[in-house]
Amino acid sequence: MRRSTKAHRLALAATSALVAVFMLAGPTLACAGLIGPNGAVNLLRTTTFAGYHDGVEHYVTAFKFAGGGGKFGSIVPLPGIPSDVVRGGDWTLQRLVRETRKQLLFEADLRAAPAASGAEVLLQTRIDALDITILRGGGADVGKWATDHGFRLPPDSPEVLDFYAQRSPIFMAASFDADAAKARGQSIGDGTPVHFTIPTENPWVPLRILGLGKTPGATVEADVFLLTDHRPALLPRPGLVPGLQLAHSDAASDSLLADLRSDKGMGWVPSSAWLTQIAIDADADRLTFDLAVDASGKDTPSMVAAGFVSPRPPAPATPPADLSRIGLALVVFAIGAAFVLGLMATRPAGARPA
Amino acid sequence: MKRRFALSSVAALLAAIMVWAVGGAVLGTSGSEPLQVEITIHYSHYEPAAFRVPAGRPVAIVLRNTDPIDHEWIVGDAALHARHRTGTEPYHASRPTEVTIPALSTITTVVTFASPGSLQYICHLPGHEAYGMVGTVTITP
Repeated sequence: MRRSTKAHRLALAATSALVAVFMLAGPTLACAGLIGPNGAVNLLRTTTFAGYHDGVEHYVTAFKFAGGGGKFGSIVPLPGIPSDVVRGGDWTLQRLVRETRKQLLFEADLRAAPAASGAEVLLQTRIDALDITILRGGGADVGKWATDHGFRLPPDSPEVLDFYAQRSPIFMAASFDADAAKARGQSIGDGTPVHFTIPTENPWVPLRILGLGKTPGATVEADVFLLTDHRPALLPRPGLVPGLQLAHSDAASDSLLADLRSDKGMGWVPSSAWLTQIAIDADADRLTFDLAVDASGKDTPSMVAAGFVSPRPPAPATPPADLSRIGLALVVFAIGAAFVLGLMATRPAGARPA
Repeated sequence: MKRRFALSSVAALLAAIMVWAVGGAVLGTSGSEPLQVEITIHYSHYEPAAFRVPAGRPVAIVLRNTDPIDHEWIVGDAALHARHRTGTEPYHASRPTEVTIPALSTITTVVTFASPGSLQYICHLPGHEAYGMVGTVTITP
């Protein structure tokens, strides 16, 4: 069963789905039952690759045209402000899948057998039928911006957006216009690859966002591809937490590196690198962390980047109690307590409790 | 006997003072003051998720939405909630027991609960009830 799931994932073409996709509201729809019987918001699978070299993360993801009309949107947390956002190469993602599929098929033979108004728009660009906006702001800022621009966010989005904003206030909002894609002649399954160049000290991969909008009991299936100068140290370590498996970890082949380097915008690919693939097959409600990556060779992936430690305490849900009121109450309580003790101390000798 | 009465009275007074200091959900409980309940919506949950009010008195419900998404506060019996689960009403503003609270805003509605019992308040936007946006109001005689 598990093998068939993996095979299915590969057949779906790759899968590093780091993007949670929400439907963009046309008319606002309220009350339950308008999206699905369980209220779930559908997620669109995308393919993503994170490469890290010379202090720069290269983040390549593809938005696939799934047919139909209307608009789809997505919000992705980013580790830093992109210095460039361009159309990605044509075969990078497919080539990575082919590289790791080969390995997987071999294994299969042996076995016989997933702002408020305060949001600042840093960058806007259009790539094919995709409108991309890079935002800076807190979780509420980005969430408000998204709702103001027609994104219909699921109920867990306020907490998840805060979770990311505490560590990096940079988000990418993408709006995919299926009608425009159709008008451009895109066929179902055609993807629009987008390449983000993000200077950052260390890359991290958002995993928790994959569970956004999923109902309890739903699973997240994805594959994350990493290309780093050295063998990366990861937190959490795949295999030690449920739902995260190390599917591939080896020196990248010369042919893979040559093929990647020859794709558009991929000239940064070094002459030697380490290729890692993490397969995710986890319960959505247990995927409450991200993947911290230490690509420096120091073997110290960040607890904060993994989401295990908050860089600052969360904002209080309710306003703090009136301190003056509490102070007054404590004074009255102390006087009362003294009065009670006084009464007890003056109890007549030989008196017995009733 | 007199001493025990005095001890009990002081203990009750102290307990009341501590409750007042921490702050209850229901404010202004004296007969002459209008009742007021403050409900904060944070991370798609009601806080508090339960409160008590007396029957037959107008209660001002202050709904403070700290989330960047819209929410609803719909209070009623099981039949009403069953209707809303499959309803298509996009916005609630005409009834005091059915309120839409836009993102990052505060709405006050005044409700008089006629008879004692227990009612649920739920947000019926897609996925919100399943995520835990459910609370209970207990109406006392």
